[in-house]
Amino acid sequence: MKKNSFVAPLVILIVLLLIYAPILILAFYSFTDAASIGESVHFSLDNYITLFTTPELAEMIRGTLFLALGVAVLSTILGTLGAMGSFYSRPGTLAAYRIINQIPVINADVVTGFSVCILLVVVFGINKDTFFPLVAGQTVICAPFVYLSVYPKLGQMDSSIYEAALDLGASPAVAVRKVVIPQIMPGIVSGFVMAVTLSLDDYFVATYTKPAAFDTISTYVVNATRGSQTQIKTALWALSTVIFLIVLAICIGMNRSNASKENRKVRKKRRMEA
Amino acid sequence: MKGMFQRKYLGIPYALYLLVFVVLPLVVIVTYAFTDAGGKPGVGNFLNFFTDPNTLGTLVYSLVIASVTTIVCLAIAYPTAYFLAMSSIRSKGAIIMLMIMPMWINFTLRITALKELLTMIEGNLALHPFMNSVIGMTYDFLPFMILPIYNQISRIDKSLLEAASDLGADRTQAFLRVLLPLSMPGVISGISMVFLPAMTNYVVLDMLYNSTYIMGSLIGSYFSAYDWHGGSTISLILLVIICIFTLLAGGDENEGTVRGGSIL
Repeated sequence: MKKNSFVAPLVILIVLLLIYAPILILAFYSFTDAASIGESVHFSLDNYITLFTTPELAEMIRGTLFLALGVAVLSTILGTLGAMGSFYSRPGTLAAYRIINQIPVINADVVTGFSVCILLVVVFGINKDTFFPLVAGQTVICAPFVYLSVYPKLGQMDSSIYEAALDLGASPAVAVRKVVIPQIMPGIVSGFVMAVTLSLDDYFVATYTKPAAFDTISTYVVNATRGSQTQIKTALWALSTVIFLIVLAICIGMNRSNASKENRKVRKKRRMEA
Repeated sequence: MKGMFQRKYLGIPYALYLLVFVVLPLVVIVTYAFTDAGGKPGVGNFLNFFTDPNTLGTLVYSLVIASVTTIVCLAIAYPTAYFLAMSSIRSKGAIIMLMIMPMWINFTLRITALKELLTMIEGNLALHPFMNSVIGMTYDFLPFMILPIYNQISRIDKSLLEAASDLGADRTQAFLRVLLPLSMPGVISGISMVFLPAMTNYVVLDMLYNSTYIMGSLIGSYFSAYDWHGGSTISLILLVIICIFTLLAGGDENEGTVRGGSIL
């Protein structure tokens, strides 16, 4: 065991460095006037000023967030209903749900985006400017993850509570709303969060189905790397840094709350043992 | 009133959604792949694909890129996941969260960061397309390899290793005969989450050095040329590869939550 005592932390540290070096170096240079990293530089907030004052960038960020929220809400409703419906269906129907639900999960996003585009735009002739293909397409890649997140919670639930609600006079619809949904809420919430992050990270579905004049962060960044506008390019470094800090803050928050939950559990256990 | 509402009816909207937006697009892909531009049915598209050295070369090249990327990811991820899962440090949860946190940062922004760094080190990235492709893909997909292996090794009952050593196995034997086989489900799920994206995520390469030669890029170029039949053919070939892969991996339910970036 002695050999591992320094090898293990070293390996972990090196991998963390590899993962974070690009992001942190870019974050450093986002606070300078450099046009590419490695130059000698002066401190400057120009990138952040450009990021927050250029209407084109603001509109793109707002559009991406609205889209992600809209898609996540739709995916959460559909995925949750699907998980509940399939859980209470016959085994054959359930198997069909699970298999079809798995298709977008394992499929390459390029194929999903392309196939949705052909169906809606080429076969049905729906105009991309309506946003319908974009929202429907991103929902295809998000809703299955909500389903996968909610379904196990139904299995963990004590089904006799639902029966008890019926015995006490609740209609099945009321029992589902007041008894089942609160029980599976953690699965619904984490499914929703997953849907938001998947939509924010999506490039392929968006590029095949989005209106020509609309950009998400992904499609915008890809176009910007092809273009030669240095000002926009370095403003995106600022965007990358802002997103990194937001994600970091969320992670620290989650870690804290997990730790305090653990602590509470341990304390509760001790109290019960005492 | 009773009997009118059944809980299974709740699934109807999602069932319809899946039929229209998941199953129907696949039907359309198959139809387009087996018809030519004039709508005449046949296997001409596939003959073209498998006789054209360019497209065939792309298929081989992307299989090679995906294989090398998967091996590199595995070589980095396995020791990392192993050391983290086996170590006695208290902040394991925080470290694994740091390792997969990049999943939540938009990948185009991460690749932008990588591109800037690589350009500073190497200069023109197009001079070493293969190496940079593998670096880019590895950088993008590494968390998807680390997480499932870590989860799997964490779940292994460590007393099995003690039992192995009580029965006379040395540390290498205990690792090779006990831990490695038990960690395989995590490895397989990691491989399936890295290999397929590495064949298709052409944007990573596009961003790094402005040109790409993997299967995904063919769909992109057919899309730009409005050639739906060509694009569908490539999609169907990819779907077949994905199916074979999934059957070999044994259909992994774990994948959903890992790819979704959930660690809970």
